[in-house]
Amino acid sequence: MVCAVVIALAALLAVVGPWIAPHNPEAANGADAWVGSVPGHLLGFDAVGRDLLSRLLAGARTSMLGPLIVVLASVMSGTLIAIVSAWRGGRVDAAIGSVIDIVFAFPGILLAILATTVLGVGLSAAVVALAIAYTPFLARVLRSAALIERGLPYVAALEVQGASSFTICVRHILPNLAPIVVAQATTIFGYAMVDLAAISFLGLGVQPPTPDWGVMVNENQSGVLQGYYQPSLIAGLCIVIVVVAFNILGERLYEQAQVRGR
Amino acid sequence: MTDQREPVLSVANLRKVFGQLVAVDDVSFELPEGGSFAIVGESGSGKTTIARMIVGLEHSTAGVIRACGSDRSTPTRSGALRRRRGREVQIVFQDPYSSLDPRQSVGDALDEVLRLHHDFDRPRREARISELAALVGLDERQTRALPRLLSGGQRQRVAIAKALAAEPRVIILDESVAALDVSMQAQVLNLLLDIRDETGVSYLIISHDLAVVRQLTEQAIVMKAGQVVEAGPTAQILDDPQHEYTQLLRASVPHRGWKPTRRIRTAT
Amino acid sequence: MSSTQTPSENGTRPSLLEVTDLVVKLPVEGQMRTVLDGINLSIHHGESVGLVGESGSGKSMTAKAIDRLLPPGAQVTGSVRFDGTEVLSLAGEPLRRFRRDVAMVFQDPRAHINPVRRIGDFMTEAALAHNLMSRSAATKRALELLDAVGINDGPRRLRQYPYELSGGMLQRVMIASALLTDPRLILADEPTTALDVTTQSEVMAILDDLRRHYEVALLFITHDLELASAVCDRTAVMYAGQIVEIRSSELLHDDPLHPYSAALAAARPRIDATSVRLRAVPGMPLSSFEAPVGECSFAPRCSFAIDDCRTHRPELTPLAGGLVRCSRAEDLRSTLAVVDD
Repeated sequence: MVCAVVIALAALLAVVGPWIAPHNPEAANGADAWVGSVPGHLLGFDAVGRDLLSRLLAGARTSMLGPLIVVLASVMSGTLIAIVSAWRGGRVDAAIGSVIDIVFAFPGILLAILATTVLGVGLSAAVVALAIAYTPFLARVLRSAALIERGLPYVAALEVQGASSFTICVRHILPNLAPIVVAQATTIFGYAMVDLAAISFLGLGVQPPTPDWGVMVNENQSGVLQGYYQPSLIAGLCIVIVVVAFNILGERLYEQAQVRGR
Repeated sequence: MTDQREPVLSVANLRKVFGQLVAVDDVSFELPEGGSFAIVGESGSGKTTIARMIVGLEHSTAGVIRACGSDRSTPTRSGALRRRRGREVQIVFQDPYSSLDPRQSVGDALDEVLRLHHDFDRPRREARISELAALVGLDERQTRALPRLLSGGQRQRVAIAKALAAEPRVIILDESVAALDVSMQAQVLNLLLDIRDETGVSYLIISHDLAVVRQLTEQAIVMKAGQVVEAGPTAQILDDPQHEYTQLLRASVPHRGWKPTRRIRTAT
Repeated sequence: MSSTQTPSENGTRPSLLEVTDLVVKLPVEGQMRTVLDGINLSIHHGESVGLVGESGSGKSMTAKAIDRLLPPGAQVTGSVRFDGTEVLSLAGEPLRRFRRDVAMVFQDPRAHINPVRRIGDFMTEAALAHNLMSRSAATKRALELLDAVGINDGPRRLRQYPYELSGGMLQRVMIASALLTDPRLILADEPTTALDVTTQSEVMAILDDLRRHYEVALLFITHDLELASAVCDRTAVMYAGQIVEIRSSELLHDDPLHPYSAALAAARPRIDATSVRLRAVPGMPLSSFEAPVGECSFAPRCSFAIDDCRTHRPELTPLAGGLVRCSRAEDLRSTLAVVDD
C-alpha cells in the first residue's frame, strides 16, 4: 500500500516535476556552491550553486522516463519471444533459448558501455542497451509461465476446435500471462532505474547539465568527501526509495499472480 | 450422409513411438455411427496417446486414422482443414479445473466456438448458446459466470457444451468423469446418455473405470503397454474376460466381499 | 469378506482414539468458516474405520485435525483423545511422541517425499529423529518393511531417489516408512486414489496385511464407498462437515440408513450390469459453511425430505447397530438399499 503511494507520487513528480520546480534547474551561481538550506531554497545548493530542490524535481522526469522506456521495450520483446518460444517449442524454442543464454551472459552495464561506443554517450544508448540486456531475463521467466499455460487442456481444446495459433496466443495465453508480465515489469523498473543511475553516474548516460538523479549523485560526490553529504545523499535516497517501492510492489504482484494461477 | 456401413471413426494399424518407447503398437478399431466405443486401460497403456493422435495433438508414427469419410492420419497446418476436423471430432479432457480459460465466461467461450465454425449472426449465436447451456443443464446465471465460480461438475458440463458447439459427429471423452465426485459423476453420465439420444453423436470413451465404461459403451478394447489385449462387446468383456490382464483388472475393482489381492511381483 | 466383529461400544477395553464434538473453523478471506461441525468418532485398538465423503465433506480435515496438522489460524474445539491423552493440547516432546504413534499416509506420495534425498534417508528419518534406534537398526528395519510391502530388492531401493520409482512403488515406500516407528494408528488419506486399479488392489492388500500383522488401527479416508466397505470394519459417511451415518461396513453397505449413504451407493454405475439411467443425486456436495442452517444439511438434495427435515437439524442417533443422523431413518429403514433393476 505504502509502495503504491510512493510510486504514484513518483509518477506524478515525473509528469509535473519540471513545471513545479521553483527555480531554473540549470542556472548555476558559483557563489552559492554547497550552501545549505536558506529561505526560498529549501534543500540548498549543489556543487556549482544550482537549486537542489529544482534539480530533484526536474530530474524526476529523466530519471523515470529512461526506466519506463526500458521496461516497455524489454517487456514487449520478452513477452513476444516467450510466447513464440513456448508455442512453437522444439527447434525454435531451443534456438531462442541459446540466443537468450548468450545475451544473458553480458551484464546490462557492460552492454550499455559497449552501446555508447556505437551510439555515442547519452540516455538513448543506455536505454537501448538495457532494453536488450533485460529482454532475455523477461523472456526466460515468461517462457516458463507460457509453457505451463500452453500445456493446459483448455489450450489443447482450442487447438482441437481449429482455432488459429494467433487467436490462442493473443486472446487466451497472453491475457492469462498478464498478471505475471505486470509483476515482472514492475520489478524490472526498479532494476532499470538503478542501472541507468549507475550509467549516468559513470558519465555515460544523461549528460550534465540536464538534471537526473544519477547524474546528481555523481556531480556532488566531491561534496561527500568535504563534509557536504546532503546534495549527493538526497539524490541517492530518491533513487533508493523509488526502487525499493517498485521492488516490493513487483514482489507482491508476483505472489498474487501465483495465487490466482492456482 | 455417408454410406451407412462406413464407420464414423476408424483407426487402422496405429502406432506411436516416443524415442525407445512404443506407446501405441498396431491398434485398430472402428466406431460405428451413433455408437459408443471404449478404450480401457491403466496409466501407460497408450489410451490417451491414441485420443491425442485422433484429434491431431500428436503425430502418429504409422497407421491410418479416418473420420467421417476423410483421412486425418497426420495433423495439418491448414486453418480451414483444422476447423473442418474440429467439426468432425471433439474431445473433453479429464481435469475440469484447467479445461476452461479462467478469464473467459461460459457464454464467451461458447460464442468463440460458434464463431469459429458457423456463419451465425449475433442473435442466432445467442440463441444457440442458450440452447447448448440448457442441453448440458446450466442456467442463465451460470452461463454468464467465470469458470472459477463453477463446481467441477458444472465445468465439465461447460467443456461438453463447448465440444457440442462445433456440432461434431464424434466426441472423445478422455477420462472426462474421472475427477468428479460420485454424485456429480452420475449426473454427467446421465447427461451424456441424454445428449447421445438427442443429437446422435458417437462417443469414444477413454477410461480406466470399468463401471463407467459399462454404463456408456457397447464395444470396447482393453489395452496394456500399447497393445490391444482383448476386444469385443463391453458387457461380454466385463462378464467373461478372456485375457489374463482383463481378468486382473476386473478382479481389482472393489465390491462387496472383495478381498484385495497381492500378486507375486518383480519390482519395477 | 471383513468378518471382524466390532468390539462393542461399551467393551472392556477403552478406545484407542476418541474424537468428541470436534469443531474446526478455518479462516477464509477474513472470515472463520466451519469445516467440521461436531465430529464424534472412536477407533478401537487394531480396528479399521472408513471415512467416506465427497469434496468439502471434511473427511481429510478430520485426519488433519486428529494429527494436529491444521493450517495456522484454525480454531479447534472439542476433544481428541489418543490412548487416554488429550491430543489437542499437546506441544513439544509429547506432541512428537504422539506423532510417532500415529502415522499418516497421503494421497500423493511424490508430494510428501523429499525428491533430493534417497529412499533410505526418507524412511529412517523419523526413527532417527526420535532417537528410537541406531542408524544400522533403522536400516535393518526399513529393509524388513520394504520386504513386507513387496519390495524385495531393498538394499538397492534404499539408495535410489524418488524419481526412480513409480507411483505405486512410492506409495508402498510411504506405507513401509509409516510403519517404521511402530505406530498404533495409521491415518491414510486417499492412499490409493492416484493409483491404477490393479496397483490399488495391491496397496490395499499390503495395508490390510500389515495392519493385521502389526495390530495397527486404521482410519481410511476415501471417496469410494465400495472400497471402504470392502476393507474396513466400520464405515462412517460424511456430509457437509458432519458424520451422517456410522455402522459396520456390511450393514452400511447392504442396508444403508441415511438417504445420503444410499444415494452414494446408488449413484455409482455398476460393473456387473448396465442400467438405463443412474440414480443421480440432484445438486452438488456442500461444505459445512455452505450448508443451510437450522435444517438437515442434506435436505435440499434428499428425495425423502419432508417439512420436518427443513425445520430442524437431526442429531446422530443410535439405530440398527450404529449411529445415523436422519429424522426419518426409522421410517425409511430397509427401503433405501440398492435394489437390482
